[in-house]
Amino acid sequence: MASAPAEIAIPPAAARATAEPALVRRVLIGVALVFLGLFLLLPLATVFAQALERGVATYFAALTEPVAWAAIKLTLLTAAIVVPLNTVFGVAAAWAIAKFEFRGKSLLITLIDLPFAVSPVIAGLIYVLLFGMRGWFGPWLGAHDIQIIFAVPGIVLATLFVTCPLVARELIPLMQAQGREDEEAAVVLGARGWQTFWRVTLPNIKWGLLYGVILCNARAMGEFGAVSVVSGHIRGLTNTLTLHVEVLYNEYNFAGAFAVASLLALLSLVTLAARSLVEWKTQRVSAVERVTDEH
Amino acid sequence: MGARRRRILPGFGLALGFTLLYFGLVVLIPLGGLVLKSSTMSWGQFWGAVTAPRALASYRLTFGAALAGAGINVLFGAIVAWVLVRYDFPLKKLVDALVDLPFALPTAVAGIALTSLYAGNGWIGRWLEPLGIKVAFAPLGVVVALTFIGLPFVVRTVQPVLEDLDAEIEEAAASLGARRWQTIRRVIFPELWPALATGFALALARALGEYGSVVFIAGNIQMKTEITALLIVGKLEQYDYAGATAVAVVMLFASFVLLLTINGLQRWATWRRPAFGD
Repeated sequence: MASAPAEIAIPPAAARATAEPALVRRVLIGVALVFLGLFLLLPLATVFAQALERGVATYFAALTEPVAWAAIKLTLLTAAIVVPLNTVFGVAAAWAIAKFEFRGKSLLITLIDLPFAVSPVIAGLIYVLLFGMRGWFGPWLGAHDIQIIFAVPGIVLATLFVTCPLVARELIPLMQAQGREDEEAAVVLGARGWQTFWRVTLPNIKWGLLYGVILCNARAMGEFGAVSVVSGHIRGLTNTLTLHVEVLYNEYNFAGAFAVASLLALLSLVTLAARSLVEWKTQRVSAVERVTDEH
Repeated sequence: MGARRRRILPGFGLALGFTLLYFGLVVLIPLGGLVLKSSTMSWGQFWGAVTAPRALASYRLTFGAALAGAGINVLFGAIVAWVLVRYDFPLKKLVDALVDLPFALPTAVAGIALTSLYAGNGWIGRWLEPLGIKVAFAPLGVVVALTFIGLPFVVRTVQPVLEDLDAEIEEAAASLGARRWQTIRRVIFPELWPALATGFALALARALGEYGSVVFIAGNIQMKTEITALLIVGKLEQYDYAGATAVAVVMLFASFVLLLTINGLQRWATWRRPAFGD
């Protein structure tokens, strides 16, 4: 309250001292918007413009041809395997890291980021070295007629590697911030381990978990580099959506390539919308909590 | 106290055990295989593959373009973060959400979109080509792609720091007679410095390994516009596993160094911020 009269006394000077002149403000907003427009909005707009350049009929033809369907199905299958596995991993890792103290914890947190730091090309390469024809297990796999590289299992493994940290990354800071008081109270009151998880932890983390799953799904469906190394680009068999885009583009079928790319761009827009929704929900929850805590 | 608390909650052994087993199987053992593979090569073989002129040219391009992209992102990312935190303008929420697009958009889609924008007949390329500026199928295209891919990192590391900055400190500086520019340079900028460095390192790390967004726009000419990730793919396609592994180990080493640097930077940032708030 003491500062209130001072604030009233010198509004013009204070405004000038803690904010930029209107002209500077406008220039900065302009620079930011031009930069984002050039680097984000234009590429996004190009995808849809090019996809529809040859008309709606060509657009839907490109999406419904059998090879495109095979790519869509393979992409969905990969995501259906990868996302649940990495979700379980993310929840387990976050539970161990956020709720307990143990030696080597900070090392583990650093290690979990490792797949982000590794080039996607290297993520593919390591599986080729392990399971490829001339890799460590290549001869054995060949003798038993099991194919991993240039086949679906290799695509799943490479995607698993690349998207491994995503759910964990969302959950660890969230669960660390929430602490363990809620769970401890539940256990003291007699809840069993899984009961505590389902009834106490899960409702607390559901929005963060949902966003982690959506992000993991988007990255699994959109992975390119790692998958490109292990796939072998066999049409109709080992081409995911992104690889199908590459094939069409390299055949100068730009309308087709951008039509398939527009599906992936739509997926990324849904992901961004989900992120905004989750942020809004969690902010609202914490605001509600703050109000109820105060009363 | 710690030991007693640990025992209250169940599931530690199961959660950590599963985490380590899964992470070991999916990430650590395969990566170990890479290192093991490189150790089966003789030193001369390894050194020869790593320092071949074609490899050296690819490092120069990759590091140079990644540094340039991260630098562009520090400058404009700081402005974007500042504008998003401090000012109001129409559609601000939408613009804020759009910043994450490079995280969510598949790199191959970004790659073909940027290529068609900057090609000679593209929306941007048609204005640059008459000026003699060639972006697509030139080293500049690699910079553009890596700028796109690293864009969210600086914005998203600087934004929370700006949001947490105490307005009272600026008011104090102003009431002590500081001009606005002095306050920004002497009070706000020192607070942002760790976040800017972290954002720079994150963007750089991401850019070094990037593949999808670059291969379409780069043109992929040996010694000129071939990035290191593409060199690895090329060697693999010729079944030169040893050569691919050697170059991959160099990239992996660079990523490790950056990851440790980022960790140090983040510790620096969290160590500084509460100290100032008190």
